[in-house]
Amino acid sequence: MKIARVAGTVVSTISAPVFDGQRLLLCDYVDPSGEPTGDYVIAVDVVDAGAGETVLILDEGNGARQIMEMKVAPIRAVVVGVVDEVEMA
Amino acid sequence: MQLARVIGTVVATEKTPNLEGVKFLIVQPLTKDLEPNGRPVVAADGVAMAGPDELVYIVGSREAAQAMPEPFVPVDHAIVGIVDEVALARVASSESRVEEGAQ
Repeated sequence: MKIARVAGTVVSTISAPVFDGQRLLLCDYVDPSGEPTGDYVIAVDVVDAGAGETVLILDEGNGARQIMEMKVAPIRAVVVGVVDEVEMA
Repeated sequence: MQLARVIGTVVATEKTPNLEGVKFLIVQPLTKDLEPNGRPVVAADGVAMAGPDELVYIVGSREAAQAMPEPFVPVDHAIVGIVDEVALARVASSESRVEEGAQ
C-alpha cells in the first residue's frame, strides 16, 4: 500500500460499471513524513475518507476486485484505510 | 487511475483478431491540475462514449483489458469513465496538516 492525502473528488456519471455509485477520490501520494511525492491517483473510497485526510491506498487489481466483490472489473486503486498516525523508528 | 484528455482517434484495420471492434482514442495524460503529464497514449474506449476533447480517466496494465466486453484483449490502456467535474479541496498548503485536536 501507499500513503496519500485526499485532495478532492472526481464526479463522473458515465463510467465502467464497477464505478457506478462509488465515490472517487483524487489523492496526492505523500512520503511517510507527509510531503507530496508529485504523483496522484484516482481511487475508489470504501472508508469514507474526507478531504485533507491521510489515507492508505491499495493499487493492485486482484485486491481491488476482491474488495468490490467483482471477478472482472477495470479497478486497481482503492482507499482502504484512514491513517491516524505515522510513527517512524 | 489518472486524468486524461481525448485528443484524437486511431483507426487500425490490420490488427490482431481479438482487437476487433475495439475503438482506439489518443489521450493526453494530465496532472490533477489538468496540465499535460507525459506523452500521449492510445487507449481503448472502455465506455464507448468518449468524444474529442473530453476529460476522462484511464487505467493501465491488466485492468485496462478488464474494461472491455471481452476481458482477454491485448490492451494496456483503457478509458473507464468520463469526468463531469474534478473538485479539489482548498487545502491551505502541504505544511498545514490536518490533525485532530491540533492547536
